[in-house]
Amino acid sequence: MNASTEVYRLIAFLVGLIAFAALNAAYLVWLERKVCGHIQRRIGPKEVGPYGLLQPIADGIKLMTKQVMLPPQVDPVLFRIAPALVLIPAVMSFVVIPFSENLVAREINVGLLMVFAFASVNVLGLLVGGWGSANKYAVISAARCVSQNVAYEIPMLITVITMVMITGTMNLNEIVMQQPDITRWYVFRFTASPLAPVAFIIFFICSLAETNRAPFDLGEAESELIAGFHTEYSGMGFGLFFMGEYANIVIGTSLATILFLGGWQSPVPFIPGGWWWFLAKVYFLIFCVMWIRWTYPRTTLWGLLNLSWKILIPISLLNLLLTGGMLKLMPLAGGAG
Amino acid sequence: MIMGAYFKDLFGGFWSLIVGLAITIKYFFQPVVTLQYPHESLKMTPRFRGHIDLVADPGTGEPLCIVCGMCQRSCPSGCISLKGEKPEGAKKKVLTAYTLDFTRCSLCGLCVESCNFGAIDFSKEYNLAGPSREAYVFDLLKRLKDRRSNADADA
Amino acid sequence: MSELALSPNQETFVLNLGPQHPATHGVLRVKLVMDGEYIVSAEPVLGYIHRMHEKMGENRTWAQFMPNTGRLDYLGALSYNHGYVKAVERAAGIEVPERAEYIRVITVELNRIASHLLWFGAFVLDLGGFTPLLYAFDDREMILDLLESVTGARLTFCYFRFGGVYNDIDDDFVTGTREFIKRLRKRLPDYHNLVTKNIIMIKRLKDVGVISAEMCRKYGATGPVARGSGIDYDVRRSEPYSVYPEFDFDIPVYHEGDSMARYMVRMDEIEQSMRIVEQALDRLPDGPVKAEKVPKIIKPAPGDYYSVVEAARGTFGVRLVSDGTNTPYRLKLRSPTFSNLSLFGEAARGMLLADALALMGSLDLVIPEIDR
Repeated sequence: MNASTEVYRLIAFLVGLIAFAALNAAYLVWLERKVCGHIQRRIGPKEVGPYGLLQPIADGIKLMTKQVMLPPQVDPVLFRIAPALVLIPAVMSFVVIPFSENLVAREINVGLLMVFAFASVNVLGLLVGGWGSANKYAVISAARCVSQNVAYEIPMLITVITMVMITGTMNLNEIVMQQPDITRWYVFRFTASPLAPVAFIIFFICSLAETNRAPFDLGEAESELIAGFHTEYSGMGFGLFFMGEYANIVIGTSLATILFLGGWQSPVPFIPGGWWWFLAKVYFLIFCVMWIRWTYPRTTLWGLLNLSWKILIPISLLNLLLTGGMLKLMPLAGGAG
Repeated sequence: MIMGAYFKDLFGGFWSLIVGLAITIKYFFQPVVTLQYPHESLKMTPRFRGHIDLVADPGTGEPLCIVCGMCQRSCPSGCISLKGEKPEGAKKKVLTAYTLDFTRCSLCGLCVESCNFGAIDFSKEYNLAGPSREAYVFDLLKRLKDRRSNADADA
Repeated sequence: MSELALSPNQETFVLNLGPQHPATHGVLRVKLVMDGEYIVSAEPVLGYIHRMHEKMGENRTWAQFMPNTGRLDYLGALSYNHGYVKAVERAAGIEVPERAEYIRVITVELNRIASHLLWFGAFVLDLGGFTPLLYAFDDREMILDLLESVTGARLTFCYFRFGGVYNDIDDDFVTGTREFIKRLRKRLPDYHNLVTKNIIMIKRLKDVGVISAEMCRKYGATGPVARGSGIDYDVRRSEPYSVYPEFDFDIPVYHEGDSMARYMVRMDEIEQSMRIVEQALDRLPDGPVKAEKVPKIIKPAPGDYYSVVEAARGTFGVRLVSDGTNTPYRLKLRSPTFSNLSLFGEAARGMLLADALALMGSLDLVIPEIDR
C-alpha cells in the first residue's frame, strides 16, 4: 500500500465514520421512538415519510436551522466547546472498531485501550457543558455525571482486564478472530472464566451507566433536573450532545459485541461472517438498551453507587480471580492466551 | 446470614428486573391501542356536552325558543345573550339574536336543564380550533339557519 | 458563579423548583435551599393558579357554583361535586332517592380509580419510568369513556344535581363497567410486577420520605397520605355518608409512613373501589334519579352547614354559610392536598433532591385544588 492510497483510505474512512455516527444518531432516535411507541402500545412517528422514516431528517433540519442561543451568564468558551468534546471522542473511538475482517479504519494493537481512553474524555464534555451553562440544574447534573462515570469505570475496566487476560491481546480484530463460532464466543467460554455471562452482564450494565442511559440517566433526569447538563443548549448544540450520546451507545454495544459476542463472526455455519453480523448484533444490543430504558424507573445516585461498589466491583473482582485461577490451571483453555 | 441476605437481595432484584422486561416485551408485540386522530376520529356519545345549539321546530324550521331568558339567567358565566321581539299580531315573542360567548362557557349544561321548552341542545362538535377569540362568539341563530340551508341543499 | 454560594461560610444555594418544572405537575413553585444535592429547607410557594373559587361562590346562586367544584381537582371532579351537593342538600333539606345515591357512589368510585391510575402513571414518571404512564392511561381511558357516556364530559363532569344526578345510567354503562373491572383485575398484576416489585422502585421508595402519624396530625394531612402513616381515617368509614355503610370494603392502612406505604395504599384502594362498584352494581335499585320536590331556586335557611366527603386525595370539606338568600353568604372549601403539601417543607428537610421529588409525587398533588 503506497502513501497516497493510505491517505485516501483514511479520508474515506473518516467521512464514512462521521456519516455513520450522524446517521446512527438520527435513525437511532427514530428507532427509539418506534420501540418506545410499541412498548407503550402506540405507533410512534408515522407522518413524515413511510413509517415516519423521514422524521429524523426533518428533526435534523430543524435542529440545524435553529438559533444557538447563548444565555448571558454562560462561559462562552466552555459553553461552545462542550458539545464537540462529547462528540469527537465518540467518533474517534470508531476508528479502531472492526466492522468486518478488513473494514476497520485503523487497526491498532492497543485498540481496546484507546476506546477506553476516549470514553473517559466524554465525561469531561458533560462536565464542561454543565459547568459552562451557569445553570444550577446543569451544575448538579454535571457533578452527578462525573461521580457516576468514575464509579462505573472501575467494574468495567476490571471486566475488560479479565477479558484481556483471556484473549492476551488488545487488538480488537484479533479478539474477534478468537471467537470463530458460537461455542467459542467469550460469553459462553466457561472454561476460561466460569462467570463469563455474568461478566457480560456487568459490562453491559456499566456501558449503560457510562453512556448515561436509563435506568442510570441521572445526568438528564428530566423530572428532577429539567434536562441536566444540556438544559441551556438549543439547536445544534443540543444536537451534538444527542449525537454524542447515541454514538457512545453504539461504541458501548460494539465493544460488548466484540468482546463477548464474536464481533463480525457468524454464529451459524451456513451464513458467512461479515459486517452484517456485526451490525445485527450491535443493533440487537441497542434494542435491548432501549427496551431497558422504557421498562425501568431511574435509580438514585446512592442506589447507583451502591450497585457499583457493593455488587458490581466485588463480583467483577471475583471474576478476575477465578479467571486468573482457571488460566493458571488450564493454560490452553483460554483462547490464544 | 448477612451474605445470604445479600444474595437473596441480589437475585430477587435481578429476577424482578427480568419480570419487568418480560412484561414490556409482551406489550411490544401486542397491537397498538391508539386512535390515529386526524385520519380516524371518535363518534361522540349521545350525551356528549359540547357547546349549545338552538333546536328547530321540526315542522316550521323556526327555533323553538320563546325568549324567556331562563338560560341566560341560569348561566354561571354569563356567556349567553339573547334578544327577541313581538311582531304585530303575533302571540309569542320571536327570537332575533342568540349569542353564545364560547370562550367563557364552562359546559356545565345548566342552560339546557333550565329550558322548559327543549329549545337548546348540546352540539356534538368537539374539535374546535380557530385563529381568534372572536371566532368563538357564536351566533346560534345563524348557525341554525346554516344548518337548515345545508340540510335543504342535501335534500 | 458567585450566584451559587449564598454566603462565604455556608455553602448553600437556592434552587427554584418551578413554577414550570416537569416534576411539579402544574404551576407549583418550591423554593429549595440546597447543600449540594441535599435539601436544607423547602418552602412551597402557592398562588400561581389562584382563581378565587370561594369568592366566586358568593356571587353565584347555589346551583351556579356546581361547575366550579369540578375545576378544583380536575382528576377527581365527581368527589368534589359530591361534597358540594351534599352540603347544599343538607342545608336545604333535600332528600336524595336511593338509586341516585347508588349512581353517585358508582361514578365517584370509578372516578377515584381513574384518579389513582393517573397518579400511578405520573408518580412512576416522576421516578423516571415512562411506560407505566401509558398503560395506566389506557385503562383510565376506559373509565373516562364510561363516565362520558353517562355524564357527557370526560374531566369536568358537573354530573350531580341537588337531589340526584343529571341523568340516569343505562344497561350499556352497567355491562361496560363490569367488563372494565374484569379487565383492570387482569391488568393490576402486570402493574405490580412491572412497578411495585421492581427492585429499583423498592430501593427508591422503601424508607424514603417517612412521614410520621404525628406530622400528619400536625398538618392535617388526610387521605392516602395519612393512611400510609398508620392513621386509620377514611370519611367513608368514620363519618359514613351516602350509601357507603351498605357496602363491604376495607380501608387499606400501612404503618411505615414512607413513600412505598402511600403507594401501596393507593394501589389497594383501586381494588377496594372496584369491590364497591361491583357491589353497587349488583344491588342497584330501581326508581327515580332525582328528588321530586327540588325548588328551582334554592334558598337554604340561614345557618352554618358543613359536609365532608372522602375524595381521591383525602378529606374534602365544604362549609356553607347561608343568610337565606339565593346566593351563599360564605363558601369555604377545605381541600386535602393543601394540607398534604404543607407538610412537604418539614418532611423534605435533609433529603436528596431525587428522593424529595419522589416524596412530592407520593403526596399526589393537584395544584388547582391547592390554590383554588
